[in-house]
Amino acid sequence: MDSPAPNRAPQAKDALKTEEYFINMGPQHPSTHGVLRLVMRLDGETVLQVVPHLGYIHRSIERMCEWDVYPQLVHFTDRMDYLSAMSTNWAYVQVVEKALGLVVPERAEYIRVMVAELNRLSSHAMWFGAYCMDLGAASAFFYGFRERELVVDLFETLCGQRLTYNYMRIGGVSKDLTEDFAPRVRDICETFKRAVDEYERLVSGNVIFRQRTEGIGILSPEKAVGYGCGGPVLRGSGVRYDLRKDDPYSVYPRLKFDVPVGSRGDCFDRYRVRLEEMRQSVRILEQALEQLPGGAWMADVKAVRPAKGEYYARLETARGDMGVYFVSQGGTKPYRMKFRTACFSNLSCLPEISVGWKIADVVSILGSLDVVIPDIDR
Amino acid sequence: MTPAPLPLVPPPAFRLGAFLWKLVLTPGAALSGTVAPALRAALGPHLPPAGVEAVLALLCFVAMSGFVTVTALVLTLAERKVAAFFQNRKGPNRVGPWGLLQPIADVVKLLQKEDTVPRAADRPVFLLAPFMAMAATYMVLAVLPFDRGLAVTDLDLGVLYITAVSGLGVLSILMAGWASANKYSLLGGLRSAAQIVSYELSPALVVLSVVLFSGTLSVQGIVERQAAGWNLWAMGPMGVVGMLIYLTAGTAEINRAPFDLPEAESELTAGYHTEYSGMRFSMFQLAEFMNMFVVAALTATLFLGGWQPLGPLAALHIPGYLWFFGKSGAMVFVIMWFRWTFPRVRVDQLMTLEWKILLPLSFLNLIGVALWTALGMK
Repeated sequence: MDSPAPNRAPQAKDALKTEEYFINMGPQHPSTHGVLRLVMRLDGETVLQVVPHLGYIHRSIERMCEWDVYPQLVHFTDRMDYLSAMSTNWAYVQVVEKALGLVVPERAEYIRVMVAELNRLSSHAMWFGAYCMDLGAASAFFYGFRERELVVDLFETLCGQRLTYNYMRIGGVSKDLTEDFAPRVRDICETFKRAVDEYERLVSGNVIFRQRTEGIGILSPEKAVGYGCGGPVLRGSGVRYDLRKDDPYSVYPRLKFDVPVGSRGDCFDRYRVRLEEMRQSVRILEQALEQLPGGAWMADVKAVRPAKGEYYARLETARGDMGVYFVSQGGTKPYRMKFRTACFSNLSCLPEISVGWKIADVVSILGSLDVVIPDIDR
Repeated sequence: MTPAPLPLVPPPAFRLGAFLWKLVLTPGAALSGTVAPALRAALGPHLPPAGVEAVLALLCFVAMSGFVTVTALVLTLAERKVAAFFQNRKGPNRVGPWGLLQPIADVVKLLQKEDTVPRAADRPVFLLAPFMAMAATYMVLAVLPFDRGLAVTDLDLGVLYITAVSGLGVLSILMAGWASANKYSLLGGLRSAAQIVSYELSPALVVLSVVLFSGTLSVQGIVERQAAGWNLWAMGPMGVVGMLIYLTAGTAEINRAPFDLPEAESELTAGYHTEYSGMRFSMFQLAEFMNMFVVAALTATLFLGGWQPLGPLAALHIPGYLWFFGKSGAMVFVIMWFRWTFPRVRVDQLMTLEWKILLPLSFLNLIGVALWTALGMK
């Protein structure tokens, strides 16, 4: 990777003879959120170049997908973006359903929307905590986890797992909702409304927090689109693009919600967009709960043998648009499976937007991109 | 022949009780008025005068070591409990009632750990650094006035001495950062050097304003002058401003969050003590806790009247050291409060805060106090 030109002059004094040096951040480091390795070229504390190195948690998921029959591939997607595994599950089953021309029962669609939005809530709540911790505010971490716990507990009752749900099936979902699902979701909605206000009150106005996020790591809308960023990173830069609105899938057209966008594309905008998205998810959940129809939660699926051809479908996870592409030769196993995740694109803009800032800002910028490393490495 | 009158000497048990009672109420007078002369009288015939003083100094050192150990144990538990309180958790509650024995368990764990020294480290410097940290702390403790007459020594230049030795702590951090042969440690050491050099200034100016107002450099003298009213309000508005500056800059000087840049966990893993383990690591921790206590105690001494009671409450005859520890404890809580609620500032923002805000403000404060004193407002 070529060294991008520093967008601000290095601050080393000309009178002093200084030397640049390299530092390896990761693969074992508290704020790389997994096994990411950043090689940084530094001048004192100023970052001249950042090169992300990937592959430390590569598990050949795409290759392994070629060995198993379609219905058995869902669990692989859990292990990609483990913080919004419901959405990754959904992205996979969606494309297979498209290939089969399968009509999913309406109830299943609503269940999927609800669990995906709940997962967005838990993912963003956790992000809030982790981001504040990256900035050195350890206590906020526990606030984020407090609310996330409610969602994770609910998922545990629903499908027996707290992270790797394996809940979606080709043609529907594996189990119907439990009886206490609706009251618990209402409770979660109320809790999150309060919680997001509390986050705003505790953190958004803090002087140090504002200094550490405002104007830091500015990603222009052109660059955001150019790098193929997605989700809150893209919207934080002011691009109003959300697949739930712009390429509607499932029952999203029946639900009213807004797509929050930022104006400057700095860390603070990305933070604000995520908090606002949590409010919108609560809105979606409340409407979906109202509209939830009865009936079957699983279509009658015979054999899963997509016709020969290439298929692609995408949806909006908590981190941006996720596309799944596969090639079928008419058998029970895919010939080739390819996942396109937003995390990779979101991380790719890091080298450009972190040049010229301090080490501490790289941590802040990386945190604001909200990457999940297993989602990048797969 | 009339019998000789019985000597009116109380029985030894009564004398011991009276002494202990005096020790509890006014330990300063009991130790310097009774114990020290008795020891001098007992040792005088056997040792040269310098030897007697050396024995007394050694006893003081042993007493201070006991004090340091107990305080550090109490503070580690307090910190964890306070953190838990801010983070919506219970904190340590498994070892002993309410987790009271947790610090002892921690110490036992640390003692069992291997004392590792990196191969590339500058061995003598690396091994010496933790002791240096402790030494700097002990030196400040020597003049801390716990009660009337209760201090290891009361120097005429006590305040100047504190200002001089409190900067020594940076040496240990620099030594540790340099000798570890680790870039993160080195960065931590560099940050610390810049930070402490800067943050020596405004506390010194604030201390100077207190000296100006009190007319003495002796720490005990400063406390004595606050019998009529604590400096916090006796100095007018400058008292409040001075105390805020002192507390802020003091927190920065001891590298506590939000100014914990030398060990910034999310940026430098653990900064200057990354490579330390076991007891050597815990000596840094011990020094940090003691420094926190020292800053809290000095704030209490300089602005909150030290061991002086609060105006009308003097009638209750609460022993002075309880006032001292109560005020120091309150300040310790405030410093912990900072730590668990603020994000960390960035290295250049830290410098901006000192050089562009705190330093001019402390100069203005000094001028204000000078005018206040000249106008005879004291």
